[in-house]
Formats: sequence, structure tokens, C-alpha cells
Amino acid sequence: MTNLQLVFPEIFLSLSIMFLLILGVFKKNSSKIIQNLSLVVLLVTAVITFNETVGIKEVKLFNNSIIIDYLSSLMKIVTLLATFLVLIISSNYLRTFKIFKIEYPILILSSVLGMMIMINSNDLIVFYMGLELQSLALYVLATFNRDQIKSSEAGLKYFVLSALSSGLLLYGCSLIYGFTGSTNFNVIANQLGSSEYAITFGIVFILVGLAFKISAVPFHMWAPDVYEGSPTSVTLFFTMVPKVAALTVFIRFLYVPFLNLIDQWQMILIFLSIASMLFGAIAAIGQTNLKRLVAYSSIGHVGYALAGVATGTNEGMQSSVIYIIIYILMNLGLFSCLLMMKRENQYYEKIEDLSGLSKNHPMLALSLMIILFSLAGIPPLAGFFAKFYVFKSVIEQSMYFLAIVGLLSTVVAAFYYLRLIKIMYFDKEKEKYDTDHGLWLKFSLTFSTLLILVYFIFPSQLIEVVSRINII
Amino acid sequence: MNFPILSSLILLPTVGAFFLFFTRGNKKNNFTVKYVALFTSFVNFLLSIYLWILFDQTTSEFQFVEQRIWIKDFINYKVGVDGISILFILLTTFITPLCILSVNNSIKERLSEFLIAVLIMESFMIGVFCSLDLVIFYLFFEAGLIPMFLIIGIWGGARRVYSAFKFFLYTLLGSVLMLVAIITIYWLTGTTDVIELYSLGIETKYQNLLWLAFFSSFAVKTPMWPVHTWLPDAHVEAPTAGSVLLAAILLKMAGYGFIRFSLGLFPAASEVFTPLIYTLSVIAIIFTSFIALMQEDMKKLIAYSSVAHMGYVTLGIFTIQQQGIEGSIIQMISHGLVSAALFLCVGVVYDRMHSRLIDTYGGIVSIIPKYSVLFMLFTLAALGLPGTSGFVGEFLILMGAFKDNFLVAVIASIGVIIGAAYMLWLYKRVIFGKLINNDLKKMIDLNRSESIILTSLAIPTLFFGFYPDPLINTIEVSISDLIETYNFRLASKI
Repeated sequence: MTNLQLVFPEIFLSLSIMFLLILGVFKKNSSKIIQNLSLVVLLVTAVITFNETVGIKEVKLFNNSIIIDYLSSLMKIVTLLATFLVLIISSNYLRTFKIFKIEYPILILSSVLGMMIMINSNDLIVFYMGLELQSLALYVLATFNRDQIKSSEAGLKYFVLSALSSGLLLYGCSLIYGFTGSTNFNVIANQLGSSEYAITFGIVFILVGLAFKISAVPFHMWAPDVYEGSPTSVTLFFTMVPKVAALTVFIRFLYVPFLNLIDQWQMILIFLSIASMLFGAIAAIGQTNLKRLVAYSSIGHVGYALAGVATGTNEGMQSSVIYIIIYILMNLGLFSCLLMMKRENQYYEKIEDLSGLSKNHPMLALSLMIILFSLAGIPPLAGFFAKFYVFKSVIEQSMYFLAIVGLLSTVVAAFYYLRLIKIMYFDKEKEKYDTDHGLWLKFSLTFSTLLILVYFIFPSQLIEVVSRINII
Repeated sequence: MNFPILSSLILLPTVGAFFLFFTRGNKKNNFTVKYVALFTSFVNFLLSIYLWILFDQTTSEFQFVEQRIWIKDFINYKVGVDGISILFILLTTFITPLCILSVNNSIKERLSEFLIAVLIMESFMIGVFCSLDLVIFYLFFEAGLIPMFLIIGIWGGARRVYSAFKFFLYTLLGSVLMLVAIITIYWLTGTTDVIELYSLGIETKYQNLLWLAFFSSFAVKTPMWPVHTWLPDAHVEAPTAGSVLLAAILLKMAGYGFIRFSLGLFPAASEVFTPLIYTLSVIAIIFTSFIALMQEDMKKLIAYSSVAHMGYVTLGIFTIQQQGIEGSIIQMISHGLVSAALFLCVGVVYDRMHSRLIDTYGGIVSIIPKYSVLFMLFTLAALGLPGTSGFVGEFLILMGAFKDNFLVAVIASIGVIIGAAYMLWLYKRVIFGKLINNDLKKMIDLNRSESIILTSLAIPTLFFGFYPDPLINTIEVSISDLIETYNFRLASKI
């Protein structure tokens, strides 16, 4: 029974999904109720997770296939809260496009369930199940605006490429199973040694699959198209939530079974990290669509998060977690701004649509400027600290090349963030946008901007929360 | 000292900016807005004067030190002043109110936003000069980019976007390497506290690379040849108040950084790289002086002269002589006053004629005599005429240089002559000569606020020219102690 108690959040979430699905089928016009209920479900799940599992040091369940520890609890709570915010600010957008349907919150909840299973997994099979559950829901979400050809294209593209990467990932799993005789992370860890090089093949295949999910270069090609084609609210979800789960799996997978093989995978991770940082920074310069630009910037940011993981130390891994949390906060603000750029039921997403925003909407422009400077990593905003912790842990491992390339690519990246600020502040103004935004949208923008702005006054709190993660 | 005077100095302008933030809006408010900003910065100035009075000149210890835990087991918020930094704080708090006074004519729109940017900038600049922790220093050093970028970009001239980007990216590129160095220092010694680092020392074998990383940041900011090219662009395009802030204070951050960190933390490396600094400084002095000679734009000319003057500063710092470093600091203070005044002088005629080209002017001495007198004073101060503060600085620097390296000193002295040439020629072409352009006849002489600004800059320029003792007394002990530690470290190889 105690075992069940620990997976109660997942059980509650799956039961709620089924209930909401049935409710949606039998009750007409219930999209609003289901939206609200989903929000409640997310919050309740977060509370249950907090109550049941945060205090637990480390427990393995179900024949050691699931692990509950501080890392998983924290990441689950982050996932749930981020999803809550995504869901709550996207309703107006969905209404405008007349896609405010019952499936939307239910699909999001299912993908969150998949992510929670991924985060919990201590076994390759469990991990793959979670991954597929979240991916399947995401494919449908990408095509959610069925009437738009771009959205369908995005979904199809995502589906095909993702299926390919899942195939590679499975192939890697089977290799590892073949050489160690188990899919359990701890058993694999004990079986290493004799067939080290063979296992490396397995690791490489799995890393390819994971890199695809987290959109690290050179497996990033899908990201710009999918981010551009999907409805903005879904793009918001894409940029924030799946990255948390994927990062957790990255950490768990590399640190639990394969920490002894660090010589084998460290180079791969450094390459992924450097390639993502540089490519994300350089490719974003030429973009004219804000959503594509965000896609490239998110590729870059994933590179920084992976730099922390590449160190192979507790501090490095913690700095990655801090990075991803701050990144989520900044993206939330950025997309809140995007969702506010609406005029007569049409959303604007070209960068020249930002032109002269500071004259027409000074507060919106100010918030966006703060968020952009933070994304560029300029002190004293939160984004600087995220990068600072990562590079601190990287330099502590004497990986100077990674640190210097990373910091130089922040300079390149600063260019395109500055360009957006330039368009907002230095260019001529255009027509005004609507100002009748929902209360939650305003709240999320204010909330994220203020947190980014005042983070430097209380930097220790987040570190204290994250520093309890200890999996080595 | 229980009253946190340094933190108040840092915070007060931000508080003022916060007030302005809530009084934004229509043109009617402009008057109120300006006086709120002026009041804030003036109170800050008085506070810094009070700080100077309380300051104990007989010790080289850091005074008014405040320390608070910021990131647990990692970084403390630590501020304090010694003889080296206190003068820069005074300079900052003195220049900012004058900047705010000068916005009358030059800033036509978004006045409250402009003043918010200036006040926040002041906070960051004071923060740079009194932080005693490398990370805190970096934080303030970099954060200043944001308001300055906006000042150039929003209120600047025709090519403002290009200049703002160039300024931002150049400086950022220089600084990221410093961040790597700071983290490395933490990793090597386990602390980023400057006072602790002074007593711990850093191993010689690491010093060279660390020194270069800091140098990359300071060289861009100083700016030293060949990375000075952002400065003329930024100066020319920035609004008058922005140019003043840039020239008077921002450039001094790097000079201060050289003294505080390059000399203080890496003596062995400083010794190794002194020839490099000498070469770059001498090139800056001679080369940019010649460039200045050929400029047709007044602001650009003064910008290039700033590069040359900063060349003297870096030269003086790395002589590691009492006179040299003292001279550098006085030169920086004096350049802060004089270049600010020169930019304001250009601003005065620009506001009337909307041209910065030297050709536009000529023969205006009889039309605006008051202006011509003050402009002459600052021109002479810029070329280092005895009796102005510019002389004291240059003289001490050259004296230090002659002690250390004869050849360098001789070449640098030639720079003084070229300096005199371009400044006097500028003055001649603008003020004297025949009055050809008839539009000039409509020019009005200095109005009240302009007179106040220029006079209040003229007074310290002359006063410290004749009587530099207050400045020298303040810095003397700290510098002799710095040099002593430097030589001791060098001898004992830590």
C-alpha cells in the first residue's frame, strides 16, 4: 500500500484524465468546465506530489523500475506548475481560433502524465513508455489547429521525425539490454565493465534519441518548423514543459547507470552543448518570425543546460536544473507578450510587428525588454545567474573551452535579442494592439517579469531548493 | 559607522528612478520630473561630499565596509571605499546632476524615461566603484550596458542604432572573458572577496591568463587602441548627456579596474605585460591624436582626444610609480570634468545650430562671448595648460614615466604637443576667424542653466589645477600602500 501512496500523483492524474474524457463526451459544450477542472487537477496533483514525496530521500518501487527521490519530485512539481501556467494563459488564444475544445486540456494532461512517468523512470522500458505517451499527445497538439495547413504540416513533420528518433532510442535500449541483460538502471550500472565499448554504442543511440526530444543540435531540425506551425499556445508548451522531463531523463540516464563511463559520453555532451549554443545563436540572427526565433533561442538555451550536465558533477547537474527553471520563467514571460500582440482577432508574430511597441504599449515593451535582456544573460537579471551557475560548474571541472565558447556565443545571441529591443524602442510605431487581455495573461507577464527583475535580491532561495538534489 | 552610507549612495538614485517611473506621462509633468531627478542626484552628491569629509586619509584600509550574505557560502555583498575609489564616486555624483540639468534643450521626448535611465546608470556606476567583491563588481560593470544602450539608441542621432549595437556588443565581448577569469579565481582561491584576495594572492603561473582576461574587458572599456573604435561612434550618436556620462564616468571604470584588479591581484602578470600596455598606450596617444587632428565633427574630435587621454592614464598606471598612478587618477578626474565640459560645450552650439561640423562655425567669438571664454578654458585644460587640472595629471604621469622608461616618456611627451595642436586648431576654427555663416548671428549666448553647468565644471578644473592637494592627499596613502604590496608580492613571487 505504501508503494501506491508514492505514485498517488500519477494515479490521480490518470484517473482524472479518464473522468474528464468521459465528462467531455457526455456533456455538451463542456470545454470551459473541462479547462477549469484540468487546472484544478494540475494544482491538486502538484500539491499531492509536494505532500507525499518531497520529503522522501530515495525510494524505488515496482521491482526497482520507478524511483521517487528529490529530483523527481522537484521536476514533477515544476512540470505541473509550468503546465498550469501554460494552460491558464492560452484559453483566449484558443477561443480566437475557435479551437477551444475539450481535447486540448485533456491532451496536455496526458502528455504531462507521460512526462511524470519519464521523470520517475528507473528503467529503460518505463522511460520509453512515458516518452511515447507524452510524444503521442504532443503530435496531436501540434496539429491542433486543423484548418491551418501549417499546423498540420508541423504535426506531421514532428510525428515522422520523432518516430525516427524513437526508433533509434529503442535500438539503443535493445543494445544495452543485450550487453547487460537488464533494462533496469541500477542493474545496468553493476553490469558495466566487460563490454564497455559495446555499451557505448547503446549510449550513443539513446543520446541521439534524447537529443532529438530536447532539440539539441544536430537533431534540432524539426524544432523551428514545428514551433512556427503549431498554435502559439502549443509552442509555449513545447518550449517549456517537455524540456524539463527530457533534461531529467538526461541527468538520470547519464548519472545513474553510466557515470563510470563518463569518458565515453562527456565528449558527446560537450559537442551537443557547443553545437547547440553556437547554432542557436547564429541561426536566430536571420529569422523574421518571432516563433522561429524563439525556436532557435530555445535550441541555444538547451545548449547551456546541457553544458551543466556535461560536467558529470552534482553541482553541474544542479546548475542545469536551475537553468531550466529560470528559462521556463523567461519563456513564460516572452510568450505572454506574444499572446498579447493581438489586433482584431488576429495575432501578430513577425518581428517587425514589434515595431515601436514602446510608444503604444510602454509597459508591455518594458516587460519584454527586461525578459529579452534576461534571455541574453545580462546582469543583474535572472538569466545572468542561470548562465553564471552553469559556467561556474563548468569551469570548476576545468572545461575552459566549453565555458569560453559558451560565453562568446552569448555575445552573438545578444545581437538578436538586442535587435528585438531595437525594433521595439528605436523604430517608428505602428497601429496599437488590443489591450483587453485576460487577467491571467496579465498576471503571468507581471509575475514572470517581476521575478526576473528582483531575482538578484534573493538568489539563494532557488539554490537552496535545488541543492538538495543529490543523485550521485 | 552604522549608517550604510555606501549602500545609500547606490540605492538613492534607483529610488528616485522608481518615483519617476510612477510620474510618467504627459509633457506637463516634465518640470516636476526633472526636479525630482535633480533633487535625487543632488542629495546623492551631498551625501558623497559627506562621505569624503568622514573619509580617513591617513590609512589605506577600506572604509565604510558593509557586508551581507548574498549567495550563501559563495558571494557576499560587500562594499567599501579606499583612497583610490572615493574620488570616482565623487566624480560620478558630481557629473550626474549636471547631466540632468543639461537635458533642457537636448531631450525633447520621453524625458522621464531618459532621466530614469540616467539615474539607474548612476546607481550602477557608483556600485562599480565601491564593490569589494569580484562578482558584484562584474554585476554592476555589465548592468551599466543596459541603460547606456537605451540612452544611445532611443535618444541618439542618425546612426544611433549602429552605434548602440557596436557599443553593447564590443563591451559585452570584452567582459565575458572577465567572467571566466572571475569564476576561475573563485575556483583557485575559494573566494571572490577582493580584500581576502589581496591578502591571499594568486599563484604566479595562473596570473598571465587571468590578467589577459581582465585586460580584454578593461581594454575595450578604456578604450585602448585598437579596440577603441566603438567610442567615437557611441559619442557622436549619443545625446549630450549620454556622451557626458560615457566620457566622464564610464571610461573611468576601466582605469579604476586596472588599478584595483590588474595591479592589485596580478602583480607578476602586470610586470610581464607592462611593455604591451606601454606600446598600446603610446600608439593610442600619438595615433589617435593625429586622427583627432583630422576630424571635421567636433564630437568625434573630442572622442578621439578621449582615447588619447586615456592612453596617458594607462601609461601612468603601469609605471608603478607613486607619481604615475597618482597622475593617472588625477588625469581621470580631470578628464572627467573637462571632457564632460567639452561635450556640453558642443551640445550648447548643437542645440542652437543643429550641426556638429566644425565648418558650420567660425567667428562666433563676438556673438557669444561668455561661451567662448568658457570653451577656451576647457580647451586649455584639455591640452594640459599649467593652472588647470589637466596639467597636474599629465605632468605627474610623464614624471612617473620618465622614472620608469625614458623612451616611452619622450614619445608620450610628443603627444602633448599634438594634443595642443588639435585642441587649439579646433578652438580657432570654431570661435575665431571670419563670420561667414549668417545663421550664426542669431545665436544666443549661454542661458542660465548652461552657465551654471559650465561654471560648476570650470571651478574644480581651475581649483585643482592650482591646488591639487585635496585630491593627492586622499589618494596618496592608498597608492603608496598599493605599490608597496605590489613590489613585495613581486619580490616574494606570490
